[in-house]
Amino acid sequence: MSTVTATLTPAPSAALPPPAEPKARGLGERLAPYAYVAPFFVIFGVFGLFPFAFTFYVALFDWNPIGDQVFIGADNFTRMFADPRFWNAAGNTVSIWALSTVPQLLLALVLAHVLNHARLRFALFFRMSVLVPYITSVAATAIVFAQLFDRDYGLLNWLLGLVGIEPIDFVQSTWGSHLLIATMVTWRWFGYTTLLYLASLQAVPRSVFEAAAIDGAGPWQRFRHITVPSLRPVIIFTVVTSTIGGLQIFTEPLLIASGAPLTCGAVRQCQTLTLFLYEQGFGQFEFGYGSAIGVALFAMVVVIAAINYVLSTRIKADR
Amino acid sequence: MTSTAPRGRQPGRVRWWTYLLLCAATAACLFPLYWMFIVATTDTATATKMPPEIVPGGNFFHLVGLVLETVPFVQSLLNSLVVATAIGVGQAVLCALAGFAFAKLRFRGRNALFVIVVLTMTVPTQLSVIPQYMIMSELGWVDTLQALIVPGLASAFGIFWMRQHISATISDELMQAARIDGASTGQVFWRIAFPIVRPAAFVLGLFGFVTAWNDFLWPFIVLKSPERYTAQIAIKALQNSYDVDLGLAMSGSFLATIPLVVLFVLVGRRMVAGILEGAFKG
Repeated sequence: MSTVTATLTPAPSAALPPPAEPKARGLGERLAPYAYVAPFFVIFGVFGLFPFAFTFYVALFDWNPIGDQVFIGADNFTRMFADPRFWNAAGNTVSIWALSTVPQLLLALVLAHVLNHARLRFALFFRMSVLVPYITSVAATAIVFAQLFDRDYGLLNWLLGLVGIEPIDFVQSTWGSHLLIATMVTWRWFGYTTLLYLASLQAVPRSVFEAAAIDGAGPWQRFRHITVPSLRPVIIFTVVTSTIGGLQIFTEPLLIASGAPLTCGAVRQCQTLTLFLYEQGFGQFEFGYGSAIGVALFAMVVVIAAINYVLSTRIKADR
Repeated sequence: MTSTAPRGRQPGRVRWWTYLLLCAATAACLFPLYWMFIVATTDTATATKMPPEIVPGGNFFHLVGLVLETVPFVQSLLNSLVVATAIGVGQAVLCALAGFAFAKLRFRGRNALFVIVVLTMTVPTQLSVIPQYMIMSELGWVDTLQALIVPGLASAFGIFWMRQHISATISDELMQAARIDGASTGQVFWRIAFPIVRPAAFVLGLFGFVTAWNDFLWPFIVLKSPERYTAQIAIKALQNSYDVDLGLAMSGSFLATIPLVVLFVLVGRRMVAGILEGAFKG
């Protein structure tokens, strides 16, 4: 069984050397390979790479979609760094991302560990159940969770009320809305991450777990000294991908604050950078300023992903 | 992927708290969907009652009627079906073709092109929605379904995944035998390679379908008229009339989720198997 880590490196049997081909081939036969790979390069070039590069260009302009495009150099960036709304959105983005990533990855580690048990019954049922949130759309998830966390009619506040806690206005408060969004993100992704970890765990030789058990290692010690270190590559992978994905959160904050969706509430309490980008680009038609926000978000993704990469490579490999 | 697999499993007895933990996780995963169903079947007065009702009410068909009055929801579901199917099938075929070329054909620049494919996975294209919109505007594709379908067909990961499967399952001897029998490259792909890797292509297509069905940001930017909405955008439109009826957006969410739940019941095992094979990493 190939593991997740194996897919990160080119397949070893990648036809080296390439298969011998008959010498005499027509022009069509010689061009066929290019025709097979061309759709990807054309589509990605036009709709992926070109817009990505063009973002950096548009960010240097005062660019109105139905008006003028005036080159203004770095003015969008100076304006952005002086804009408290930008720093608010950046702070919200990092806060929501941290609140959602840490519990998600810890939960996935524990669940993968127990799902990896040799004599577990109903294993397929549990594996399929944890994948249900992944197939549920963000839009549907946001509507349900906003209702569950509602101040007046929410199930959660009703339960809190039973133990004497005053209703919490999750949507209108800063930390409450961050917690609400982070809960949705965690709910949606923890099962998927669990299965990625489980895939990697199944490549660990069973004798390692058995030897540890014979030496008297309990479940916690096996978790700490075998499961976590052997998952190192996939943990690094999920930390980096959840950074890239998590920092682009858009739909959840848009949908929980139905009154003022583009700002995610009256005081922008949960406006993320992608929402701020959308507000400036498509709400205010400031394509230049919106693109500058996109560039800043890109820089932030790269920096935080790099920091996380370095930190997660320091998981100890002690067996 | 059954529980009898010999490798990598922990030894010993399964303790009771393991099942407690797994049952709690299962409940947490399924409860929001159950709750969606509850609110989608009650009227506002019941949905806002404390303590809350935890059994379905009889208001479902009334709410569905209201949903259909507010937005063209059936049309939205059809649009989602068209977009998601086109992306799922398109990715499966295009990625199999490209994966086949990278795994089994010899051509100038092959390795360099493959490195480029892998590198494209690191480009976060979601951040460049403004130029993407400008391109769609130039092409006259704003407010069309092809604006959603065509960009979704390119999948670097899919090429990677198909290449790995083709390398692992199709021997060079088989390729040569077909060549000696006079088969063209196209014939080798369609008659020999594709049938062998169809299961892997199917799993890839499934994930493409699910991702496309649930996509929100890009359709939200590109689609303007209600008759072009996908199901997710229709949910958003329903939510704008949230004050009218609490159950309205919930009924729409429920309707948009049913097709995927049905699909998951049918093919969920293969999706789990696909992830456990190391298939989908983000």
